[in-house]
Amino acid sequence: MIAGIIVAVVVVILIIAYISAYNGLIKGRTYVQESWSQIDVQLKRRNDLIPNLIETVKGYSHYEQSTLEKVVGLRNQLVNGSESDHQATMAVSDQLSNSLKSIFAVAEAYPDLKADQEYTKLMEELTNTENKLAYSRQLYNSSVASFNLKIQSFPSNIVASIHHFKLSEYLQVPEEEKAAPKVSFDK
Amino acid sequence: MLYEQIAQNKRRTVYVLTGFVLLVLAVGAAIGYVFWNSYWAGLALAVVFAGVYAMIMIGNSTNIVMSMNHGREITAAEQAPELWHIVEDMALVARVPMPRVFIIDDPSPNAFATGNNPEHAAVAATTGILERLNREELEGVMGHEMTHVRNYDIRLQTIALALAAAVTGLVNLASNYFWWGGGRRRSNDNDGSGPLQIIMMVVSIVLVILGPIAATIAQMALSRNREYLADAGSVELTRNPQGLISALEKISTADPMKAADPSSASLYISDPFKKKRSLTHLFDTHPPMDERIARLEKM
Repeated sequence: MIAGIIVAVVVVILIIAYISAYNGLIKGRTYVQESWSQIDVQLKRRNDLIPNLIETVKGYSHYEQSTLEKVVGLRNQLVNGSESDHQATMAVSDQLSNSLKSIFAVAEAYPDLKADQEYTKLMEELTNTENKLAYSRQLYNSSVASFNLKIQSFPSNIVASIHHFKLSEYLQVPEEEKAAPKVSFDK
Repeated sequence: MLYEQIAQNKRRTVYVLTGFVLLVLAVGAAIGYVFWNSYWAGLALAVVFAGVYAMIMIGNSTNIVMSMNHGREITAAEQAPELWHIVEDMALVARVPMPRVFIIDDPSPNAFATGNNPEHAAVAATTGILERLNREELEGVMGHEMTHVRNYDIRLQTIALALAAAVTGLVNLASNYFWWGGGRRRSNDNDGSGPLQIIMMVVSIVLVILGPIAATIAQMALSRNREYLADAGSVELTRNPQGLISALEKISTADPMKAADPSSASLYISDPFKKKRSLTHLFDTHPPMDERIARLEKM
């Protein structure tokens, strides 16, 4: 009788542990997916903003045509590229970030452009998008870290292998971004 | 380092809050003894008073605190794009919903967060902080505020504020009664009190006097520990200690605020009244700025 109760209690505890490990894994995976969609939103948003930026700075025409073309090219690459390959998408996105930085840098030399209201607004929008990209990538990587930890650590690793949860891949952080993590413009 | 600090701060908070509750009860009991000759009446009064007060404060805290500090709400990014976007960034990376955003018209740079939980939170920034700080510095400050939101500090601070105000309220109520009502009556028709009763009365009066002071000290200790924790949390979010360090440097050298409400002082990222440091540090609402900066530099 007592032995029966003990076995029943142990079984119930095991079932509860199993369910909570499974739910934890599902939550971890949802966080990873959700944080990727945050990145995706920002990528799309930037793609929408770039034509306006080109339109605005074109009038100032001191820009080297090649810089603008490069930005447009990279943007189109992002728009048409496959969305499933996260690493490749982010690699293109990083190149685009750098090209945008050079546009901003050139603008520093033109007080007229800097005074342009439309440009100021676009600049804030793009800075915002770049920052959000950096932050959502940070969030993505920390979500991946905690998800992978759950997959690899006992006892949830047992549940993970039964249900075939796979390790997620970190997004590479480009070298120059490690040095200067985000776009920042001092007042 | 970061996680040790978080754990230690959380432990201390439990001690302080426990002490705080005991204090409210002790003051209530003392008042009950002095005025109604019954500890239990005072205890009951303290519990009811603090409970009702806390419920009102918690139910409507954001609006109360914001109107006490003359904050005006902004509801769209266009009204203050940089602030709005930074708050969005910090909410994103802290994985909390976007809080309400308020601006306080005051040239002194400062900011605070309030609310009950991350779903019902609000952050406020002064016009001074928006003018003086660059984006990285403002990110550090908002990261600090978002940590208060994420760690439920905002709820704890609201409760502490409500408890401290309840002690003060109780004592005010009682001393009015003491001077204008009960005190006079007692001296007329109660001549035969024994020495023990007189001693108890003296102790009670001392407690009534010390109550508000102790309440203030407890509230401040709570706030000081939380500030270190929020500084650490801000760095966790922004991965950029330098932004917050230079923000704190700018804030500490500025003039005091005019729009701030005294009882909300402990909510702000830096003491809005720039009071001189007291000898024993007991009456400081905030940890010393150089100590905060030194801890950030170690991260």
